[in-house]
Amino acid sequence: MSDNRSELTVSLWRGAQRGRYELYSVPLRENQTVLDVVTFVQRHLDSTLSYRFACRVGVCGSCAMTVNGRPRWTCRTHISSVAKRGHLEIGPLENLPIIKDLVTDMRPFFEKWQHAKGVFAPSKTRRDAIEQIKPDSAPRIAVDAAIECINCGICYAACDTVRWNSDYFGPAALNRAWTLVNDTRDAGNAERLQAVAASGGCHACHSHQSCQEHCPQALNPTASIAGLKRRTMSAYLKGEIKV
Amino acid sequence: MNVRLYIWQRLTAALMVPLVLVHVAVILYATREGMTAADILARTRGSIVWASLYGIFVVAAAIHAAIGVRNVLTEWSPVGDRNAGIFATVLGSSLLVLGLRAVAAVVLS
Repeated sequence: MSDNRSELTVSLWRGAQRGRYELYSVPLRENQTVLDVVTFVQRHLDSTLSYRFACRVGVCGSCAMTVNGRPRWTCRTHISSVAKRGHLEIGPLENLPIIKDLVTDMRPFFEKWQHAKGVFAPSKTRRDAIEQIKPDSAPRIAVDAAIECINCGICYAACDTVRWNSDYFGPAALNRAWTLVNDTRDAGNAERLQAVAASGGCHACHSHQSCQEHCPQALNPTASIAGLKRRTMSAYLKGEIKV
Repeated sequence: MNVRLYIWQRLTAALMVPLVLVHVAVILYATREGMTAADILARTRGSIVWASLYGIFVVAAAIHAAIGVRNVLTEWSPVGDRNAGIFATVLGSSLLVLGLRAVAAVVLS
């Protein structure tokens, strides 16, 4: 921050689905993250504040919140990059039910991973040889581009289609399905393509690309969803899936 | 939207791209040449080409619009999938009947 402030004012969402923003003052420090600010409030100003975090280094995906209107991973977001005139507004993620304060109920998010068949279906047993997958093969390259999802829910919170259509699986679940569609060891593609081709699946996506814009891992779920659209279309035309 | 509706919507959109261009060209030509209704009807009546062109256009537009409106209703209104589907079917059928009636009026003598 370019000015010489010693304090930051922070509005934090308090309550559940119905609630309000409450204002706190927090000492401003060098190299402070949004998560540091929330932690300061909880430890020094109001111990009843609820929020989630675990690793603090951008691996676990549990600390995502809405910061000044944008979904962000708070442990890797520096105050200097988001505070406006010494102020921050921090709320829970959008598009998910609020349990309390900054904690959302992530069940709809993870249930949709199940609906999109985002679970690996093994095709071999432990007695079979390990399958060799060449790093430069086309399916492996497609998987590489999408595999680093940390399940933070930021894309889900940023997605307009999720907001409008409660049945829509969302970018993360479909991105996960796309990695499995390209996993040559997986045996569940018939069911998976059937699931993502139905109502609520990949064809509900409007390609607004908010998921790509906000993904802290710089993934592009829109591209994964486009891949699913092509693959399901081909499977439908060949009669391999039905809707 | 499921994969079946998606394919129909994209297919009809692809069909309509050249047809819209032809349609706009026809409008520009007819107005710039100062053609009267009688001039136009003299060219369209009995023409298989104009009947096919606008016949395909009407069918594609009816399907495309119905699927699009169904999608808008399911996402932006409280009506459910079923009611949106019923409304879209009625809308598409109406567009089809009105459009084909108009095509018949200019190509049948």
